[in-house]
Amino acid sequence: MSRADATQATGLGAWAHAIRRDRKALSGAIILAVFALVGIAGPWFAGDPSALVGVPLQPPSGAHWLGTNGQGQDVLAQLIAGTRVSLAVGFGVGLAVVLLGALVGVTAGYFGDRVDALLSVFSNVFLVLPGLPLAIVIAAYLPSGPFTVALVLTLTGWAWNARVLRAQTLALRRRDFVAAAVVAGESEWRLLLVEIVPNMLSVLVAQVIGSTVYAIGAQVGLEFLGLGDVARVTWGTMLYWAQNDAALLTGSWWTFVPPGLCVALVGFALTMLNSGFDEITNPRLQLERVWRAFLERRGVPAGRSTPVVREP
Amino acid sequence: MHYLLRRLGFYLLAAWAALTINFFLPRLMPGDPASTLFARFKGKLDPAAIEALRATFGLTDAPLWRQYLTSLGHVLQGDLGVSIAYFPSPVAEVIGTGLGWTLFLAGSAVIVSFAIGTLLGVVAAWWRRGWADSWLPSTLIFVGAFPYFWLAMAALYVLGFTLGWFPLGHAYSDDAVPGWTWAFTADVLRHAALPMTTIVLVTLGGWLLTMRNTMISLLGSDYVNLARAKGLPSAQVALRYAARNALLPSVTGFGMALGFVLGGSLLTEIVFSYPGQGYLLVQAVRAQDYPLMQGIFLVITLAVLGTNWLVDLIYLWLDPRTRDAGS
Repeated sequence: MSRADATQATGLGAWAHAIRRDRKALSGAIILAVFALVGIAGPWFAGDPSALVGVPLQPPSGAHWLGTNGQGQDVLAQLIAGTRVSLAVGFGVGLAVVLLGALVGVTAGYFGDRVDALLSVFSNVFLVLPGLPLAIVIAAYLPSGPFTVALVLTLTGWAWNARVLRAQTLALRRRDFVAAAVVAGESEWRLLLVEIVPNMLSVLVAQVIGSTVYAIGAQVGLEFLGLGDVARVTWGTMLYWAQNDAALLTGSWWTFVPPGLCVALVGFALTMLNSGFDEITNPRLQLERVWRAFLERRGVPAGRSTPVVREP
Repeated sequence: MHYLLRRLGFYLLAAWAALTINFFLPRLMPGDPASTLFARFKGKLDPAAIEALRATFGLTDAPLWRQYLTSLGHVLQGDLGVSIAYFPSPVAEVIGTGLGWTLFLAGSAVIVSFAIGTLLGVVAAWWRRGWADSWLPSTLIFVGAFPYFWLAMAALYVLGFTLGWFPLGHAYSDDAVPGWTWAFTADVLRHAALPMTTIVLVTLGGWLLTMRNTMISLLGSDYVNLARAKGLPSAQVALRYAARNALLPSVTGFGMALGFVLGGSLLTEIVFSYPGQGYLLVQAVRAQDYPLMQGIFLVITLAVLGTNWLVDLIYLWLDPRTRDAGS
């Protein structure tokens, strides 16, 4: 890796580059793109997901590719309509959770002392409180719907991000270039927004991806419990109705397998994307790859340790 | 000792936060849900129940701070109010019936998953690029991407419904007589096998990856290289030298994962009609039994906090540095 590449790898444009170079990241990105396309364009082609189109609990056939559910609605049309809401809530919460986490974590790490002590205890308390039970209790008091689900998941999910970002800020705060900026008399806002936050960009992007995985899973869980708006079609409410209509006991696997598979595929794609980015941006893994290539060229088997190698 | 006391203080603070959330939540919600709740139950509930409900929420005419103190006092005495769905049973009694099952199911699942996942992580890191390192992590990540309860549904459908290998739900057979007999224990284990396996499968990947990554970075450190250079047996280097230290981040994660796994196991219980907290929680949500719901949240929180403190004890034993810092 040359110097030019190294500097490029810290910029935003590196993401596209990283996706193209890494097989894991590429497959993740392709799966996500397909889901995004279905979520955006699908509902125009799929027809009304709530229309009663046939006999309830029909297995997949030519007329209904994924069969019908317990109400006699088309499962495929529901799946496509559900993609939009489920992904929108997932990514929305993923973003919101990281923003809230960044607000608390960066403030704590940057200002230190009492602010830090207070905010750290605050986020640690939220970290140790069990998230899903808390989310259920809050959601039960609010009117049901996608917005409530998003709000509740944001409130219960930000603490981990705050903790990681605080550590990142603390590490950056001690770096020479920040000290130089302080000496140069830059304002606190400029220090935060120009010197510190842009340098955490790769962590922030990784967190948004990770939080989205959390959000989609938790959202489906809440809706499965009936805490979403059960009249609205999402992957979670599809599972709720499948359980309610005793899909298992009637053997109608087509009502609960597709939404679960979609959740898993999206989660898997996001995780692949994240680990692909990690391979690119983590200097340790980067060096290991360089070192292994070096050894392989000379026909030496690689050892167990990850060595520290100067750039060749 | 200092360290443990400080942690204990923190958990007390967290418990207080949970109590406070429980108190203010019904009061903060738009349109005063407590009053609308009473309105909805008027005619359906007898006045005694409504009075009990008011008392549970501490909704008297007293000023807010006095209501708050009263509610804290009640909880400290183990009085969580009266359940609406199971009126006139007290919430504490209703919760007591299910708590054991949840702790059994989630607790053993977490321990089994932690043990297997961590061991596999050691294997994956030690035999880098072997079978455990190449395909196992991505397979487990894929499995882990499924919602707990969905995997439970699929397992129940295939192994329970189609193949008939496992019972379809509940904690023990209808005709079994509860007691400390072999027959009953076997029956309980047979019923717990499927829910437990699904939870273990979903959580395994996380433990594996944490352990593998820490282990890999430790295997490159000087003291491990020295141990190997001294000619110590491989097993000793891997387990006593590298794995013991690599365990630390996993143990830290253990406490935090606990709340997460408990949440997931609540959902799994519903699929298997397992008579634990999750089952009760859904009943409470559907019947809008707010006192029961809040009671379950509180009890689960306290269980998680207590276990976290136990994890701190283990951490102290594993990492002598915390001991030194404390004294």
